Amino acid sequence: MNRFAELLDRLAYEPGRNNKLRLITAYFRDTPDPDRGYALAALTGALSFKHAKPGLIRDLIMDRTDPVLFGLSYDYVGDLSETVALMWPKVELAGHNNPPPPTLSEVVTTLRTLGKTELPRQLARWLDELDETGRWALLKLVTGAMRIGISARLAKTAAAALGNKDPHEIELIWPGLTPPYLDLFAWLEGRGDKPVNRDPAPFRPVMLAHAIEDTDFASLDPADFIAEWKWDGIRVQAVAGRDERGHMQSRLYSRTGEDITKSFPDLVPSLHLPGAIDGELLVLREGRVQTFNVLQQRLNRKVVSPKLIKEFPIHLRAYDLLGDDENDLRELPFAERRAHLETFVRKLNDPRIDLSPTVAFDSWEALMAARADPKAAGAGEDADAVEGVMLKRRDAPYLPGRPKGQWWKWKRDPHIIDAVLMYAQRGHGKRSSYYSDYTFGVWTDGEGGEQLVPVGKAYFGFTDEELLQIDRFVRRNTTEKFGPVRHVVHEPDQGLVLEVAFEGLQRSPRHKSGVAMRFPRINRLRWDKPPREADRLETLERMLKDVTAN
Amino acid sequence: MRPQDILIPLPAGLCCKPGGFHIDPVRPVERAVITHGHSDHARAGHGAVLATQETLDLMRLRYGDNFARATQAIRYGEEIALGDVKIKFHPAGHVLGSAQIAVSCKDTCIVASGDYKDAIDPTCTPFEVIPCDVFITEATFGLPVFRHGDAADEVKKLLASVALFPERAHLVGAYSLGKAQRVIALLREQGYDAPVYLHGAMEKITHYYESRGVALGELRAVRGVKKADLAGTIALAPPTATSDIWTRRFPDPVTAFASGWMRVRARARQRGIELPLVISDHADWDGLTATIEATGAGEVWVTHGQEDALVHWCKTRGLAARPLDLVGYGDEEEHDVVAADEAEA
Repeated sequence: MNRFAELLDRLAYEPGRNNKLRLITAYFRDTPDPDRGYALAALTGALSFKHAKPGLIRDLIMDRTDPVLFGLSYDYVGDLSETVALMWPKVELAGHNNPPPPTLSEVVTTLRTLGKTELPRQLARWLDELDETGRWALLKLVTGAMRIGISARLAKTAAAALGNKDPHEIELIWPGLTPPYLDLFAWLEGRGDKPVNRDPAPFRPVMLAHAIEDTDFASLDPADFIAEWKWDGIRVQAVAGRDERGHMQSRLYSRTGEDITKSFPDLVPSLHLPGAIDGELLVLREGRVQTFNVLQQRLNRKVVSPKLIKEFPIHLRAYDLLGDDENDLRELPFAERRAHLETFVRKLNDPRIDLSPTVAFDSWEALMAARADPKAAGAGEDADAVEGVMLKRRDAPYLPGRPKGQWWKWKRDPHIIDAVLMYAQRGHGKRSSYYSDYTFGVWTDGEGGEQLVPVGKAYFGFTDEELLQIDRFVRRNTTEKFGPVRHVVHEPDQGLVLEVAFEGLQRSPRHKSGVAMRFPRINRLRWDKPPREADRLETLERMLKDVTAN
Repeated sequence: MRPQDILIPLPAGLCCKPGGFHIDPVRPVERAVITHGHSDHARAGHGAVLATQETLDLMRLRYGDNFARATQAIRYGEEIALGDVKIKFHPAGHVLGSAQIAVSCKDTCIVASGDYKDAIDPTCTPFEVIPCDVFITEATFGLPVFRHGDAADEVKKLLASVALFPERAHLVGAYSLGKAQRVIALLREQGYDAPVYLHGAMEKITHYYESRGVALGELRAVRGVKKADLAGTIALAPPTATSDIWTRRFPDPVTAFASGWMRVRARARQRGIELPLVISDHADWDGLTATIEATGAGEVWVTHGQEDALVHWCKTRGLAARPLDLVGYGDEEEHDVVAADEAEA
């Protein structure tokens, strides 16, 4: 447990993805079975046991420490698990043969079978045996609140690196594996065969597109491509298959392979034919696609209530077919898969699943026109949910990852405003010596006349060279410092204008300005523009009206 | 004689009226008795200063030759009469030359401990418990969440990271007086014999430590070294420098910070630290409470830090205790500011 705790501890501070991978891989290499397998399970969220409530932890510490001291400490630290881990009193156990601290496997297997009434005593015993970091990790584990910024995908990638395997290979067999993954590690270390996925509805690693640049078109022939609308929803994979007993198993996966079926029970009955659809999850009301803002209200809910299902009816727009019953279609060219898909969707004959229509075009100019006005080009009333167009090579097989030259995304021009840099904050990791997080504002009429009101925050979009320039500007034009935040000069004639691009706008009572931007980023630095010429809040409000009026 | 007639907290610092001096005064005074060289305790501009030779030397390094009108050095264990009181210096184990000051008047003895730690430190004389009637203690880490563990384990953590990321530089933030030298000494104890690199702001003090017989192995200045040559190295810098432009001369640096504050995650994360090293030059909670008990003092005065918790603990043990509410002491770091933006950019 202490070794696993050290790993979690280090991961919690490490900002870089590659460094996180190295740390996890090193742990897998140095840790024996079955501990590393349970660690992999913990990192991928594959452990299942009843979590301990914070109240139980609080009771344990209250029994052992002075309540005033606990109160002062909790106030200072701010996190219950951490406070308890740090102030848990050292116990001098009788004799000098102290029991060794529990292993991760011991903790996980014990928790699986432990009754509720035995939990407090068992927890206390472990807390006595572990050190500070070990206690912290244990409490995070048993309360189910790890939050260390590790995705399941990252943990699997780290495991794959152990055997120089492609993480996609692990994704393919993952649904058939169970902790502590002895067979997986045996294969990764070359001691055993590759585990076979007997999962009837496995995830298939997804194919992704590159953003197209103006210069790319010159070398591309329109006749080689099929175009579709790019829907502003959530990319999903809907898979169904029969298990050994002949029962249909249906699952919905996110693009990273996370099983999200539980969040969309209303879609499950529609997946009644064995196959694997690649598509976009959308909310449809009376046949019309709703904007991402509407879909978002259906996401990340702990409880999916009947009311939620009714108000945000879920829909799958299909654009590719990876498997048809037992047949793997991924090697086929896209044009052929598309034909299979059309037949498949017809056979499904379900109102919740439809085809993503293709966009007819014979030249890049024609496609550009369609992209500029999807409403007139066939998207009709759904045009608001169109983010742009997708270009797919007719002859492209379905390749995992982001292969070059096969799929392109061509987004609609984003919304753009000119805003004034108001505050800057240091970044993290590699950027910790740079002021790389920017709060920007636009003009509005305030009590004391014209004033800037913050409308958003951006921390990317600029080049490395531009980052250096802004950083220098921030350092030379700081008017005040509040902890890590610098107040940067923003007067009508003094300051830096940032051209900010963003994808959407929403009303937000949480922001002083009343609006919140989706996906804002720095598009250009307008050194040429005096701050007084930056945009006004009314401009944003007008954009907001345009969005909601449609 | 009542203890408060011997020592009394005034805006300038802890004042001994019958002796005619202040201890660690924060404003210029006629006669100052100084516990150790950190800049929140040892300030320039006093008339006469009484301190250990090391503390006087460190003040001279920091402030120049004219930091006081007159100075007098005193050794550990040496006793001096000042006015109606006698004072005696004892090792505090905090940094090189740090002392506790025992002030006796008639049959009452008060020990002003300054900053202290009871943990082992190869770079300074170990802390001694001084029996007394009134013990004046700091409370920098005066909460039971602060238990610092073995500093050697933290240095092992650093070395494991260096082994795992040989192409990156490890940049360790450490206060330039005391902590930096202790970290280097701990590295040497673990058998690390590669050169340790130093930020310009800590060269003088570190070389002073060496001149006092503290062996630190091969030290090099970061200044002038090529970025690629810093891969796989350990470099020490004042805490303020580890998050500034100065760091850009290192290849993909891992930012570490050696401090007792690193025990609390939010503190480490706030500063963008990737590798927190819990190494403290102050007593932790167990150290504070054990020391208070060991002095046998019936009364405890608590100065800077988390006074509330420590005062509460004393009262539960039947000890008279009160906070002194002295202003001007605390984290050395606040005073360890190097204009890194400008200094070496």
